[in-house]
Amino acid sequence: MHASTPSRDLVYLAVFTLVVLTMPIWLEPIGAAYPNLMQRFAIYGIFAIGFNILFGMTGYLSFGHAAFLGVGSYAAVWSFKLLSMNVIPAVLFAVLVAGAFAAIIGYVSLKRSGIYFSILTLAFAQMSYNLAYSVFTPITNGETGLQLALQDPRVIDRALGIEARGIPSPGLFGVEMSGYSGFYLCAVLLILCFFLAMRIDRSPFGMVLKAIKSNQTRMGYTGFNTRPYTLTAFIISGMYAGLAGGLLAATDPLAGAERMQWTASGEVVLMTILGGAGTLVGPVIGAGVIKYFENIFSAFHEAKLHAAFAFLPDGLENVLVTITAPFVGEGWHLTLGVVFMLIVIFLPGGLMEGAQRIYGMFRRRPSAGQRAADKFQPAE
Amino acid sequence: MKFDRINRRIFLKSSAIVGAGLATPTIFTSASRAQDFCNAPTGSTVTLGFNVPQTGPYAEEGADQLKAYQLAVKHLNGEGDGGMLNTFKGTALKGNGILGKKVEYVSGDTQTKSDAARASATRMIERDGAIMISGGSSSGVAVAVQSLCQDAGVIFMAGLTHSNDTTGKDKKRNGFRHFFNAYMSGVAIAPVIGEAYGKDRRAYHLTADYTWGWTQEESIKNATEALGWETVTAVRTPLGSADYSQYLTPVLNSGADVLILNHYGNDMVNSLRQAVQFGLRDQQANGKNFEIVVPLFSELMAQGAGEAIKGIYGTANWDWKLEDEGTKAFTKSFGEEYGTPPSQAAHTGYVQALLYAHACETAGTFNPKGVVEALEGLEFDGLGNGPTLYRADDHQCFKPVLVVQGKEDPADKFDLLQVVREVPAEEVTYDASMFGGELGPVNSAC
Repeated sequence: MHASTPSRDLVYLAVFTLVVLTMPIWLEPIGAAYPNLMQRFAIYGIFAIGFNILFGMTGYLSFGHAAFLGVGSYAAVWSFKLLSMNVIPAVLFAVLVAGAFAAIIGYVSLKRSGIYFSILTLAFAQMSYNLAYSVFTPITNGETGLQLALQDPRVIDRALGIEARGIPSPGLFGVEMSGYSGFYLCAVLLILCFFLAMRIDRSPFGMVLKAIKSNQTRMGYTGFNTRPYTLTAFIISGMYAGLAGGLLAATDPLAGAERMQWTASGEVVLMTILGGAGTLVGPVIGAGVIKYFENIFSAFHEAKLHAAFAFLPDGLENVLVTITAPFVGEGWHLTLGVVFMLIVIFLPGGLMEGAQRIYGMFRRRPSAGQRAADKFQPAE
Repeated sequence: MKFDRINRRIFLKSSAIVGAGLATPTIFTSASRAQDFCNAPTGSTVTLGFNVPQTGPYAEEGADQLKAYQLAVKHLNGEGDGGMLNTFKGTALKGNGILGKKVEYVSGDTQTKSDAARASATRMIERDGAIMISGGSSSGVAVAVQSLCQDAGVIFMAGLTHSNDTTGKDKKRNGFRHFFNAYMSGVAIAPVIGEAYGKDRRAYHLTADYTWGWTQEESIKNATEALGWETVTAVRTPLGSADYSQYLTPVLNSGADVLILNHYGNDMVNSLRQAVQFGLRDQQANGKNFEIVVPLFSELMAQGAGEAIKGIYGTANWDWKLEDEGTKAFTKSFGEEYGTPPSQAAHTGYVQALLYAHACETAGTFNPKGVVEALEGLEFDGLGNGPTLYRADDHQCFKPVLVVQGKEDPADKFDLLQVVREVPAEEVTYDASMFGGELGPVNSAC
């Protein structure tokens, strides 16, 4: 690892910005350059960055983060319904509600650590899911999902005399949030969130979080109360998730309970570990990879495979199609599972570790003394 | 981090880069604005999107539906034996694609979740340029995707969706449904079960907890209460449950003597089998035999439920054993292609694809405006259900409804249901304003 310096961070941020904003260009060859998927890359990137602030920095593994995503979505859709179709109040409302919700769940869950914390968050998330699914049907509209309707009040819009024909779509002062404009809003917010996470990582507060990860007991013995710090990290992380949920609703005004399901919580854990927990950009990459698999691999079907292998002789083509067919289409989970397994076994640090190894191969090998110094760093 | 290193040069450089990045999307947007409607096919092909559940409780129905869509594409392109193209009366379809363009398709997995279904449909529209989306197999998903298609400016031909809301409260101008709905099921099945089980029954509902379950519960309740039945209670169960024992245990002591299962797909297979294993059908309650009714079921579910289905009443949109020409032609070509008779999910998907193609052909355009006009009020025949009307007021098809019963001694594993009664379309027709909702204007802009 090399030390971070302000100028290095600036370059890091600039490269990140450039990569995010040019997504429509470099995603084109792999068939992912359409607005909806890029929006998802950005939104789940935000979600994963936020999750990483908790899991990557403090080591607290939350298995219930999707609850905040869902709460954010519901809050945003309610803001569209009651207040205005503008995304600014919706997103603010989503972040605040998710933050408040995180404060409550965090306060209870953080009384325990380790596996007990994970199970508590999982239980809370599953509870929220079931509540949203059946008990709170008037607020959440159950399995059908909360949707906009013609006769929604939209108080602010009505007061300003904005009337749309049919159901209006969310916008930012007249710019509709579907398509590329939606992607750019999400991308800009992703960059801001990335910047904020970087600032947290480099701050004394971030240092405390990392200290908690390395040895919380020792922190306690030195007279350091860690609870306020973990709770703050939990709330920040919940607000990130709320923002992601709000943006999901802004780009597609529908909130469903399945966003809170435990599989969705597990997904963000996968994203973070796949990309590299504790690194800044890793979770974003992990989010991108998983969403790519989910959206592109699941869309392959046998006819497409036949077309892909058409250049081969017939017999060989059929054999190859038979072998690959279970891994695409409905079998995309299988491919993802294999990839995940390979990465965890061979690159425990996630894709970021892979990138670092490749980078290390091309770099001048460090001198023997340097290597020895690296090796004999005191534990903790 | 302090940005004390930003000088004029770095500032200029970085703003140029950001500017270039921000300007890139204009290349893409300008191209898409050149069309006069969303995803207008420009080459020699036209792309349809088939969005079906490949995972989740309705996966089996989805798989069968996808097979039927693939068959429909073949027939539209003039491959295979043509299936129902030969029996579709007065159609302009000639088996040379649609409007001379070869039909291609993309497919996706809805996962029986509204979110995933919308993501998948958006991918088809934005990336693959699909001009029509078809599919469903869950009303929650169908309603969600229908409103997406309305916003996106493409046509939605609903697949298997049985909720009253799809063409009721949540109807959209760009959405069309060939399948029947819960209200029709209620009206059709009530006289039959009234005759079989008597007029003084007490019913206990187990209902899948989403739009379809809710509307079916309401429709069946209304229809049975009109017979003189009493509703003890209605319990909502989450979609995709595997274990229904906790819901079945209270049924016997509730004073009910009929159990109505408002479940579909795997849910129905599980709940019915567990109810039968539980011995409900061997019980006596209020001095009568305890009975189970499944208002909506299909051949695929009957296969899944096995022995449990014997003697159970339900309704269906279509059955492969019907005697008309369209059904025969479709069953024959589906059987030759896949080796099994088609389910009602397959049938409705196939018919929807053909009807869309027919509408494009008669309108002479793929523009949703023309297609909607051609479909509204369309009367057609020869597609397996007899003369059918696509009502203009709510985009719902009106055709006879089948009341079916699980066979006591099936000849083979596909011959599980017998049609007890064919309820004519007039009897199940209702006022279009009954369920509220608004079609709104047609949308053809991206």
